[in-house]
Amino acid sequence: MELLYASCVGVLVSCGVFLILRARTFPIVLGLTMFSYAVNLFLFSSGRLVINKAAVLGHSSEYADPLPQALVLTAIVIGFAMTAFVVILAIRGRTDLGSDHVDGQVQDKNDKVEV
Amino acid sequence: MNQHLTFLPILLPMLAGVILLMPPFGSNKSYRRITSVTLSTFAFIASLALLLKVQADGTQVYAVGDWSAPFGIVLVADPLSTMLVCLTILLGIVCVLYASAGDDEKGSFFHPLVHFLILGVNGAFLTGDAFNLFVFFEVLLIASYSLLMHGGDKKNTRAALHYVILNLVGSAIFLIALGILYGVLGTLNMADMAQKMALLQGDDVYLAKIGGLLLLVVFALKGALLPLHLWLPNTYATALPVVAALFAIMTKVGVYSMMRVYTLIFGDEAGELSHMAQSWLWWLALATITMGAIGVLASKDLRKLTANLVIVSVGTLVALIAVQTIEASSAAIYYLVHSTLVTAALFLLADLIGRQRGNVLDGITAGPPFAQPRLLGVCFLIAALAVIGMPPLSGFIGKVWLLEATLNAEYTYVFWPLYLLASLMILVGVSKAGSTVFWHHEGEVTKSGEQHRVHPAQLAALIILISGAPLMSLFAGPLSEYAMGAATQLHDFNNNIKVILLGGQ
Repeated sequence: MELLYASCVGVLVSCGVFLILRARTFPIVLGLTMFSYAVNLFLFSSGRLVINKAAVLGHSSEYADPLPQALVLTAIVIGFAMTAFVVILAIRGRTDLGSDHVDGQVQDKNDKVEV
Repeated sequence: MNQHLTFLPILLPMLAGVILLMPPFGSNKSYRRITSVTLSTFAFIASLALLLKVQADGTQVYAVGDWSAPFGIVLVADPLSTMLVCLTILLGIVCVLYASAGDDEKGSFFHPLVHFLILGVNGAFLTGDAFNLFVFFEVLLIASYSLLMHGGDKKNTRAALHYVILNLVGSAIFLIALGILYGVLGTLNMADMAQKMALLQGDDVYLAKIGGLLLLVVFALKGALLPLHLWLPNTYATALPVVAALFAIMTKVGVYSMMRVYTLIFGDEAGELSHMAQSWLWWLALATITMGAIGVLASKDLRKLTANLVIVSVGTLVALIAVQTIEASSAAIYYLVHSTLVTAALFLLADLIGRQRGNVLDGITAGPPFAQPRLLGVCFLIAALAVIGMPPLSGFIGKVWLLEATLNAEYTYVFWPLYLLASLMILVGVSKAGSTVFWHHEGEVTKSGEQHRVHPAQLAALIILISGAPLMSLFAGPLSEYAMGAATQLHDFNNNIKVILLGGQ
């Protein structure tokens, strides 16, 4: 389970980083979303992965740590708001800069960059 | 009531922001302005009361919801954080006052956003919990995103896009770092983390090191430390100057977090990991100072120049944090207050100068003469002397103090020449800018310049900031004593643990 979980996080992070480096607003929004999914999964796992255990500190030595779940919840809410903001900003950037490139540059078919 | 005083610097700006969103303040702008200034004055009075209480009774620990540390979130008002809270609220008053002369009408919701930003900054200063620090960072960031767009144009959108995306990536890294640290330490209370750091064994040590260094990346991004400083000059130069003046405190939040994390959590008592970020901080700080000073020389307008001065001040502060002695930290605390006030003043001055020079704006070129050359000239002279570090103003005291504090540091023979050379470059850059702007004139006073005479509210705001420099050198004695006390408390590991975790027993 640990291997599957860790590779999930890894794949999400690498996709996210790749998309962010595309330097165009829509891929960046997608990349940031993937990145934040990866972060949420990672935070969740910081309390160790356990199955079928009570979520409170009992007398048993193994328990499911409830705190990371609270952290993830907070992170999800904040990430949601930030994504909404960056989407609106990307739309405004598209109209203001005339391009979806983060530097406002237009790339033509021959890959020549015009400012 | 008295015990809740610690919470008021967070609660009052939040209430102020909410009240200013209510209907009667939406339509009537003079109501809105008066209420905004009044409410921030209340918050300032509350923060001063907290300052007096901390002075009299020592560090105040406030357990939110009465859940004691390390299980609940605590707010810790020690001399350092309380002083910074006062500084933030003062800066807030100044910016609200300045914007009341007309800048607040250039977009919507200026006043509520300023109060929400102050809420976030104060929270970040006061909190004693690492995850709560993240939450307050997000609060201040989302307010800053919107303020950055306030009254903006196309250039502004581009800078805002960069700023927002960079900070979102930064926030994600922050969460990863916190996840790693929680995974190995099992706690997020900063004092508790510090206590458990020494007990780590085996591979956990390396994991904690990774977490700590990831945190360094995040704080370097927020504080604009090389090589993560590239966003700052553009962002600050394209934002409305009054917003940029308010942002002068935001890089300091990053610096403050470094101070907390690398003196408390990774400090003397952290076992294998003690002072693990020191060498990174030191060299990065030196590089930041160099880049900032080069930027000062290369700047084409006053706002960019000031933005580069902010970078130099961040570099200086981080170098002092890297030394990690009580003396260096106290110099850092004094320098932090000085540099915040003086860079904010320079941003406001750049705005006033730009308004009176027609199309040239605040560019460092010859332009039409000013409508009020004496007033602006004298203010600029004071601010310039302070920022360069010439006697007798606060910059000089800060500079002498920090040179003395780094005297016994490991690499002083690199720091001293480099810092003094950077000071020389700043001297050249700022005096060149000042003499060009104030002495090289073409043509007549423009009509728009006559219309943009300094408004009384703007003047009041400017005077509050400018008077900081002479006052800080006049009262250098008590201030330095306070800074020494705050730094001693910051470095006193056992006392911090005792006060925060055990309630002072």
